[in-house]
Amino acid sequence: MSGTLTTTQMIFGRLTWDAFPWHEPIVVATFVAVVLGGAAMVAALTYFKLWGYLWKEWFTSVDHKKIGIMYMVLGLIMFLRGFADAIMMRLQQALAFNGSEGYLNAHHYDQVFTAHGVIMIFFVAMPFITGLMNYIVPLQIGARDVSFPFLNNFSFWMTTGGAVLVMISLFLGEFAQTGWLAYPPLSGLAYSPATGVDYYIWALQVAGVGTTLSGINLIATIVKMRAPGMSLMKMPVFTWTSLCANILIVASFPILTATLVLLSLDRYAGTAFFTNDFGGNPMMYVNLIWIWGHPEVYILILPLFGVFSEVVSTFSGKRLFGYTSMVYATCCIMVLSYLVWLHHFFTMGSGASVNSFFGITTMIISIPTGAKLFNWLFTMYRGKIRFELPMMWAVAFMLTFTIGGMTGVMLAVPPADFVLHNSLFLIAHFHNVIIGGVLFGIFAAINYWWPKAFGFRLNQFWGKVSFWCWQVGFWLAFTPLYILGFMGVTRRMRVFDDPSLHIWFIIAAVGAAIIAAGIGAMLVQFAVSIWKRDELKVEGDPWDGRTLEWATSSPPPEYNFAFTPVVYDTDTWADMKRNNYQRPLSGYQAIHMPSSTGAGVILAALATLCGFSLIWYIWWLAGLSFVGMIAVAIGHTFNYKRDFYIPADVVTRTEEERTRILAAGV
Amino acid sequence: MSHPLSPNWTRLFRWSAPILAAPLAGCNWVVMNPSGDIAVQQRDLILISVALMLLIVVPVMALIVWFAWRYRAANEAVAKDYDPDWDHSTKLELLIWSAPLLIIIALGALTWVSTHKLDPYRPLDRIDAKTAIDPKVKPLTVEVVALDWKWLFIYPELGIATVNELALPTNVPVRFDITASTVMNSFYIPELAGQIYAMPGMKTQLHAVANKPVGSVGFSANYSGAGFSHMRFAYKALDRAGFDAWVAKAKASSARLDRNAYLTLAKPSEKAPVAYYAAADPKLFDAIVNLCPKAGQRCMGELMHVNMMGGAGKESARDTQGLKYDYPNGHVIDQADVNRGQETAPDAPGATATPAADHSSHSGADAHAQNR
Repeated sequence: MSGTLTTTQMIFGRLTWDAFPWHEPIVVATFVAVVLGGAAMVAALTYFKLWGYLWKEWFTSVDHKKIGIMYMVLGLIMFLRGFADAIMMRLQQALAFNGSEGYLNAHHYDQVFTAHGVIMIFFVAMPFITGLMNYIVPLQIGARDVSFPFLNNFSFWMTTGGAVLVMISLFLGEFAQTGWLAYPPLSGLAYSPATGVDYYIWALQVAGVGTTLSGINLIATIVKMRAPGMSLMKMPVFTWTSLCANILIVASFPILTATLVLLSLDRYAGTAFFTNDFGGNPMMYVNLIWIWGHPEVYILILPLFGVFSEVVSTFSGKRLFGYTSMVYATCCIMVLSYLVWLHHFFTMGSGASVNSFFGITTMIISIPTGAKLFNWLFTMYRGKIRFELPMMWAVAFMLTFTIGGMTGVMLAVPPADFVLHNSLFLIAHFHNVIIGGVLFGIFAAINYWWPKAFGFRLNQFWGKVSFWCWQVGFWLAFTPLYILGFMGVTRRMRVFDDPSLHIWFIIAAVGAAIIAAGIGAMLVQFAVSIWKRDELKVEGDPWDGRTLEWATSSPPPEYNFAFTPVVYDTDTWADMKRNNYQRPLSGYQAIHMPSSTGAGVILAALATLCGFSLIWYIWWLAGLSFVGMIAVAIGHTFNYKRDFYIPADVVTRTEEERTRILAAGV
Repeated sequence: MSHPLSPNWTRLFRWSAPILAAPLAGCNWVVMNPSGDIAVQQRDLILISVALMLLIVVPVMALIVWFAWRYRAANEAVAKDYDPDWDHSTKLELLIWSAPLLIIIALGALTWVSTHKLDPYRPLDRIDAKTAIDPKVKPLTVEVVALDWKWLFIYPELGIATVNELALPTNVPVRFDITASTVMNSFYIPELAGQIYAMPGMKTQLHAVANKPVGSVGFSANYSGAGFSHMRFAYKALDRAGFDAWVAKAKASSARLDRNAYLTLAKPSEKAPVAYYAAADPKLFDAIVNLCPKAGQRCMGELMHVNMMGGAGKESARDTQGLKYDYPNGHVIDQADVNRGQETAPDAPGATATPAADHSSHSGADAHAQNR
C-alpha cells in the first residue's frame, strides 16, 4: 500500500464519478434507454401490483419448471445484448476501410468483442441449456422435481448475478479488453489495470458457482430420481445427453474456477502465476483455461444433440435408430472431449508429436459425432416426417452442422491450423457449429416444448419467417468470413487497409441484418402466440410425443405426475399409448413437495454485491457482504419449513379438471 | 514419406486453386495461393483433407435432403414403407461407424506425417518441390521481437536490424527465432508460412523459405491490446541483388540498436514508421528472451541455472528487485511523447529497476506515467 487513503477511497474504493463513460455517446444513449425502459417496467409492475406475485410465484420458487422458464428468459435477454454487440462489430468492420477508423475506438471495440464472446457462451448458451435441462429432465424421468430444489433456485440466481455484473460493466467502469478467455499477461494487472478483467473474473466466478451446483443437482436427479423401470438404457436420449453434459460440467468447471482464482491472486495479491515478473508462466493459463474450455464446447452441444434426437424421432413418427450406439457415441464424446484441449493452440510451439496427438484425438471425436448424424438420418428413413417448426430446425441443423464439422476437422490438422488459426475462418467455423448446432437446437427445443410449458403452440407463420431469415442470414454472414480467412484476415481487427476485403465485410453485415430480422420475427412469434393463445391451445400431447413429459398435462401441474409412472420401454409414452394406457381416475393422495424460499435470491444478491465490491476495491463492503452470505447460509440451515403436502382433494380437483378437458377434446 | 502428394495431385491442386478463385478476381486468396514453399505445402494439406472429408460429407448431405424429402408425411408413394419400430440394423451400424473411421485413419496418418514434416522447428530439407537443400547450407537467421505494437527484426549474421519491415532473399532457407516483449502475439506472414506465437520470456522457432519475389504484409494474429489492428509490417521477398541492395540501405542508416535504443523503442506506440539500424547489440535478443534487457534485471537463464544448482540460499529471498519486468500501465501510450511529435520518447527509461508494483492504487489512465 502506498501513500495515504483518503476517506472517499476508503468508502468507495476506486469508484468515482469518472467511472461512468461520459465520453462514449453510444453508451450514454444506451444508458438513457435502459433507465427509461427500466423505470417504465418498474412502474408497470407496481401499477399492476405484480411485485408480490413475481416474488412469491417466481423468484423464490423452487419448482424446476418455473426455474427452467426463468433460465430461458435470462438467456433470451442476454442473447439480445450479445447480439447487439455482434451487430456493432459487423458495422465497425464494414465501415473501417479506406482510412476510416469506423465509429468505435479501440477501447470500446475491444470491450465489445470480449463481451460478445463472454455473454454468448456464459450467459446465453449456458442459461438456455440449463433451462432446457431443468424443465425437461425431471418430466422425462417421471420425477416431481430435481434432487435439491433449493440449490436449483440458488444456482439460477447465481447465474443471474454473474449476468448482472456483466451488464453493470457497461455503465460503470469498463469490461475486459482481452478476448473472451482473457489470456495473461494481457489480462494481468500491468497490462489491464482498470476494472475490465475484474468484472470478467467475478462475473464468471459468481455464475460458475451456479453452473457447478446445477450440474451436481442434475446428475443427482438423473441418477437417483428415475421412475421405476427406467434403467439407464431406457432413459430418453435427451436425459442421457444431459447426464453426460452435467458430468462434464462438474468435472470441468472447477478447473475454470481454480484458473480464475490464480489469475485473481495475480491481480489482487501480487502473486506471479501468469505474469512475466518472477518467472510466472502464461502458457500454464492457456492450457488450464482450455482444459475447461474444450469440454465446455461439448457441454453446450451435447444436450442439443439430445434435443435433435427427440425431435427427429417424434416428427418421423419412429423409434430413434440405433439408440444404443447413440448413447455410446455420447459417452465417447464426453471422454474424448478431455483429450483435445491443445488443438486451440497448436501454434504455441509444442513439438510435432504432441501436436499430432491432439490433432488426431480431435479427428477421432468426429467419428461418434458422425455416427450420431447417421443415426438421425436413418431415423428419418422409412419414417412419416411432419415438417413442423422443430423438425425444420433439426434438418437445418444437420446440414449446417455437417459443414461446420468439416471445417473443424480442417482446423484439427496442425499444419493447416498454422495458416487458419485465429483467422476469420476459425470464427466462421465455430459460429457454424455453435449457431448451427447450439442455437438451432435451442430454437428447435423452444418450438417443440413451448406447448408443454404453456399449453399452446407457437405461431407457425412467424416461426417460418424467423427460420428462413436465420438460414439466409447465417450463410450470408459467415460464408464471407470463411473466404476472408483464406485471404489471411485475422480476428479481432478493428480497421483494415486492404480495400479488396471491403465487399466481404459488407455482405457479412447484410447477413447480420437478416439475422436481426430473424430474431425480430421470433419475438413477434412469441408475442402473436401469446396474444392468440386460445386459438393455439393444445392438450397434453400435441406432437404425438414419445417420452414421458408428454404423458402429463400441458402445462404440467406443480407436482408433474399424480401417480409416478412405471417404465417398460425407452419411448415410454409411445409404449403407453400403444398399450391403451388408461389414466387412473381415482385414488389420489396428498403429494409431498418442497417449499419456496427467498434464501437463494438473498445469497446470490450478496454474492453479486461481494463481487462488485471486489471489482472496485471497496474492501469493507466485500468483507461485509461475504460475512452476510455466510450468515444467511447458516441461518437458512435453521429454516425447518422446507416442505409441504399438496392435499389429496387439490390433486383430485386438478386431475378431474384434466379429465373433463380430455373428455371434451375427444 | 518425403512428399505426401504425388506430382499429379500437386499439379491438380496448383491448377484448381486459381480456378476456385476465378469468380472472385481482384481478391487475393493468399492462403490458397502463397509464394513460400511451407505455405504451399500447408495449402495442399488443406485441399487434401477437404477432398478426403467430402468423400463422406457430400453423400451424407445428399442423403439428409433426399430422406427428408422422400419420407415427408405427404408423400403417399412411400406410405407403405412406414415402419415405426425399425430402429436397428447391424449392417448399417457397422457402416456408420466404419466409414468415418476409415476416413479418419487416412486423415490421421496424413496428420502425423505432415505435422512432423511441417513442424516449424524442423530445419528445411528442400527449397521447393524440385530442389533439395544442401545439408551444409546454414539458414539465414532472423530474430523477431513482437513489441507494443510493432515488430523488430534483427539479422544477427548481417549485423542489422529493422522495425516493421522484413526482407528475405528468395530461395534461401530462413530460421526465425521469435519472442515478444510484453504480451502474447502471433507471428504470421500468409505468403510465407504458417504462424507461431510470439511470447514474452519464451523463444519459438519457424523455418521457412520464400520462393518468389513478392511484396506483401505480415502481422500479429493474436490480439495483443489497443494497438493490435495496426501491428502490421511490410514483407518483401527479394532476389539476391535486391536483397543485397536492401541490406546496404540498412547499413547506411545512422541509427544503432543498443539497449537504450531498444528500451525506447519498446515503449507502446501505434503505426510506428519503418526504421533501419546499421548495427544491433548481438546479445540483445537473448536479453529480451530472458526478460533482462534493462540494467539491473536478472536474466531468467541465470535464475534457472541457480535453481538447478539447488538455489541461492535464504538471502536470495530478499533479492527480488531484479525479477520485476512489467511496470504498471504497461500498455498506455505516453501522451507526452506523442504531443512532442514523437512515437517514442527520446530519453531512455531510468536504468534502475522499477519499484514493486503497488496493486492497490491503479485508477485508470491518470497513473500512466509512473515508473517510466
